[in-house]
Amino acid sequence: MKFKGKVHKFGDNINTDEIIPARYLNTSDPAELARHCMEDADPKFVKKLEEGDIIVAGENFGCGSSREHAPIAIKAAGVSCVIAKSFARIFYRNAINIGLPILTSPSAAETLREGDTARVNASKGEIVKSGRTKVYKSEVFPGFIREIIKSGGLMEYAKSREEKKSAVKVKKKMKK
Amino acid sequence: MGYTITEKILLAHAQGVKDIAPGRFIKAGVDLCLGNDITSPIAIKEFRELGRDKVFNQKRIVLVPDHFTPAKDMKSANQAHMLKEFAGEFGIANYFEVGEMGVEHALIPERGLVLPGDLMIGADSHTCTHGALGAFATGVGSTDLAYAMAFGECWLKVPEAILVRFTGKPKKWVGGKDLILHAIADLGVSGALYKTLELAGDSMEYLSMDDRFSMCNMAIEAGAKNGIIAPDKTTEKYVKTVIRKYKPVRKSYKMLKSDKDASYAEVREYNVSKLEPVVAAPHLPSNGKPVSEFKNVKVDQVVIGSCTNGRISDIRQAAHVLKNRKVHPGTRLIVTPATQAIYKEAVREGYAETIIKSGGVFCTPSCGSCLGGHMGILAEGEVAVATTNRNFVGRMGHPKSFVYLSNPAVAAASAVKGKISHPSDL
Repeated sequence: MKFKGKVHKFGDNINTDEIIPARYLNTSDPAELARHCMEDADPKFVKKLEEGDIIVAGENFGCGSSREHAPIAIKAAGVSCVIAKSFARIFYRNAINIGLPILTSPSAAETLREGDTARVNASKGEIVKSGRTKVYKSEVFPGFIREIIKSGGLMEYAKSREEKKSAVKVKKKMKK
Repeated sequence: MGYTITEKILLAHAQGVKDIAPGRFIKAGVDLCLGNDITSPIAIKEFRELGRDKVFNQKRIVLVPDHFTPAKDMKSANQAHMLKEFAGEFGIANYFEVGEMGVEHALIPERGLVLPGDLMIGADSHTCTHGALGAFATGVGSTDLAYAMAFGECWLKVPEAILVRFTGKPKKWVGGKDLILHAIADLGVSGALYKTLELAGDSMEYLSMDDRFSMCNMAIEAGAKNGIIAPDKTTEKYVKTVIRKYKPVRKSYKMLKSDKDASYAEVREYNVSKLEPVVAAPHLPSNGKPVSEFKNVKVDQVVIGSCTNGRISDIRQAAHVLKNRKVHPGTRLIVTPATQAIYKEAVREGYAETIIKSGGVFCTPSCGSCLGGHMGILAEGEVAVATTNRNFVGRMGHPKSFVYLSNPAVAAASAVKGKISHPSDL
């Protein structure tokens, strides 16, 4: 998972009400949610955004509600990944569960500025500011989580598990 | 080394492990999973894509259309309808239609659906409320709910714990809301990130279940994974009453407490015997200060309700303050009891009449105004005092509106004065 994109910088405690305000939660359509992504934090965000761009934020990104609409809006808007000093925990698991790459890296979040271009290797947990060589490391996910991400999210993981199960059943039946 | 109450519950529900420690990932069986009209539609869609013909357990799933209901517009109606349709098709026992419906985190304990020692997940961040019963309860996302509805399990990282000890008897007009706002002001909005907030101390003996629910409710506002209070006599009395009244399918429960040698990442102690009511200024729940520090803050709207403070003792307190008084001209007072049972009791006890006579409105249960959904949206520049849980930018309406969080008595007093006020100022 490698990305290259322009940095859009946000501060600490960006909450889910800013990422996708509740007034738009009467739908779960990703395209519609994407149109209002980050609206109450930066009303011009969606206009400025180009496919593959990167959100860089401070502490506790995604705090507040459990709405999965928040990572869905970010992913559907075309953001390739989010780098932050830390993530709020429900946002963190939602991002993993829907397959939005997130990287916890205080040093990268500190260094990267609005308008910078960054290169990210999410599998290795490496972030580089374009034109520089210094590599900022991010926290690497434990094996359990890597398995979910590798499957493409929790439901894909569940589907492969279902398929394995039914494959076992078929084998058993064939033995009989 | 001993276990915390949270670790004990997680260990009892974890699959294939004999011990447990912070940082470990586990797959845990869930006793109860929950969704609402905002989070369930995504979960239902994902569940259907899985192609299963049944849910893991029809009695352990709770679906509550409480956020935008009674439906505020067509899209919301369609979302709520998805829950009804799904519940019918899959035989979900605990689906609550408008008329029976209440704010999920008030409704579920009231019906005895979550019990001490349980492991509960909910696709709603305030699921941590139920920790007040001595259960492990945590907010998750829609995908987690879909997975739990199918398999009855959830992946969890065992959290470290922060022990918060409250000591002393709180003064008049000071309740659970003030204690937790005080703690969050100290911890900060990410002070308990990924961690358990275990609330304890001798102040607990003065706190009702309603107070305790509002404390655990706001654990998430410090970033916590779960809030939890070890069950005691107050808890057991509450649980026995609701079991008798509603006869839930599951009736057995476990009263657990942390071992004396359990380990904590941090211990904080607050003597609350001199604490004044706390008000959290915009735009973070951690901006709590004594109410007396807020001078001449004019208030356009007062909201009393929500999963934090919409229970009967909250309505009673508000009615007590409003008795024989009038809401200030130019200020709106919106009172929303959290469940139908609370609504009925408020009518029976005359609280509803007191509130209406004072010039306030008394609404049907809904989460609406708390999250800027409906039934009380703020205009640009407007100021609200709310007994809710979040005062983020745009939370209750316009991105340039302002929300102050308080307890119900301060909220009611502020409605009377038209500015942030202490109830004893009246």
